[in-house]
Amino acid sequence: MRDVAIIGIGETEFGELWNKSFREIGIEAGLRAIEDAGITSQQIDALYIGNMSAGKFIEQEHVAPLVADYSGLADMHLPSIRVEAAGASGGVALATGYMAVASGMYNIVVVGAAEKMTDVGDRQALQILSATADQEWESVFGATFPSLYAMMARRHMHVYGTTREHLAAVAVKNHKNGSLNPHAQYRREISMEMVLNAPPVATPLGMFDCAPLSDGGAAVVLCPLDRAKKFTDTPIRILGSGIATDTLALHNRRDICTMDATVIAGKRALHQAKRTPKDVNVAEVHDNFTIAEIMAVEDLRFFEKGKGGPATEEGLTALNGEVSVNTSGGLKARGQPVGATGVAQAIEIVRQLRGEADKRQVDDATMGLTHNVGGTGATAVVHIFERGD
Amino acid sequence: MAIPRFWRETPSRYNLFASKCGNCGEVHFPPRFVCPSCHRKSIGRMESIKLCGTGKILSYSVVHDAPEDFEMQKPYIIAIIEMKDGVRLTAPIIDCDEPDIGIGTEVEATFRKLGEEGKAGVIHYGYKFRRMNRTPPEK
Repeated sequence: MRDVAIIGIGETEFGELWNKSFREIGIEAGLRAIEDAGITSQQIDALYIGNMSAGKFIEQEHVAPLVADYSGLADMHLPSIRVEAAGASGGVALATGYMAVASGMYNIVVVGAAEKMTDVGDRQALQILSATADQEWESVFGATFPSLYAMMARRHMHVYGTTREHLAAVAVKNHKNGSLNPHAQYRREISMEMVLNAPPVATPLGMFDCAPLSDGGAAVVLCPLDRAKKFTDTPIRILGSGIATDTLALHNRRDICTMDATVIAGKRALHQAKRTPKDVNVAEVHDNFTIAEIMAVEDLRFFEKGKGGPATEEGLTALNGEVSVNTSGGLKARGQPVGATGVAQAIEIVRQLRGEADKRQVDDATMGLTHNVGGTGATAVVHIFERGD
Repeated sequence: MAIPRFWRETPSRYNLFASKCGNCGEVHFPPRFVCPSCHRKSIGRMESIKLCGTGKILSYSVVHDAPEDFEMQKPYIIAIIEMKDGVRLTAPIIDCDEPDIGIGTEVEATFRKLGEEGKAGVIHYGYKFRRMNRTPPEK
């Protein structure tokens, strides 16, 4: 296997992009990444496109050739492959592109990811997100996507004494980080009271415990590490890549307070990287709901099981805390174009490791981690990054 | 959605039919074709059994933001139930309010309408759960 580096990054703004179509979003992100890498489109060997549900959101399937086509690459007849893994589509697309370069199959690969969520109403979007759970044995009975995470939260509170304030502390922190990120969908700080007094979505979770629906795209350019210096002074090496799956339905899991897929994906990625959780300075974890970040920082072994809530409240995951978690604002504040999330996370880590994160720069950031989840934890994917120069 | 999609699940949704591995005796709900413990040794040896219909609430949530099909019912309680037979499932808790239940509350299955295919479409049915007695919730 060859070492692989990220040599270019690009993203769109995240939010309600009424004036932009799915294809415009995908292409904008891709072109920026290519420009950042300083490559020409003729040098691209393959595209991997992370997308969760264009079929349901915009009634368009077969989006991989669509993106290649509208990027002006149809004449090159490139391999262009869509990757779907619910909310982990972007992360799994990155893992797939990484494997393609590591294996020697391709040299320059663009991993792009995009989602257009606001062409349908909020309620329909909720129904589409709920389709990543078990339709036949969860959704049919009235379990919504937020209610499944709410049941994890309720159980976590019961078993470990996690409090409503611990959950709220995640949203407050991530909005604070988002206020420092010019790319974030929400750049306003919120108070603990605002989170606690927000209208309920699925108890114990309220509106500010949930990440928003967003349009947005993100892309990275990969190449073998030994060629990366030709394109950039600051290549970011992918040190480890781990994917894991679990039962589709939450009720079939060994323990609903632990995402075993996260635990295993994290171990696989760290094992490959020959690193430990203690080595990680900056992490982008999947905070689609506040409870998800608390479980993630435990399952990635930054903190002991049950200590994720107190650690967050004490500021150990804040900017320049013990481990800086979701410096971009996370899914909560940076935004959540579902399928694009995993690639957007990698972009934030690249910025941190390049030292380009400006007001939210983590001091001496040397090693980063991304953690991307599909459904209620039926897929998890973890990547480890460090400077490659 | 096509009628067969609901029709083919009726044994489990109407009568809580589960599968039992003929090799190790493990029970699964919904029924599985392969036992996750015995793998190929279980193929062709999965038996159908009926769950006893009672269990305890493992966790729950009150749903306020509901999809269109459940709009009329909100707010409603959804729960993960640990059945006496050892399996878990997800179902609504009905005929009570939130203060009446908690983690550990004993519940029993009952047969109710789950939803319908539009105004003139087929109605589909299945299990929902209700409290068995007035055991105070664990705090």
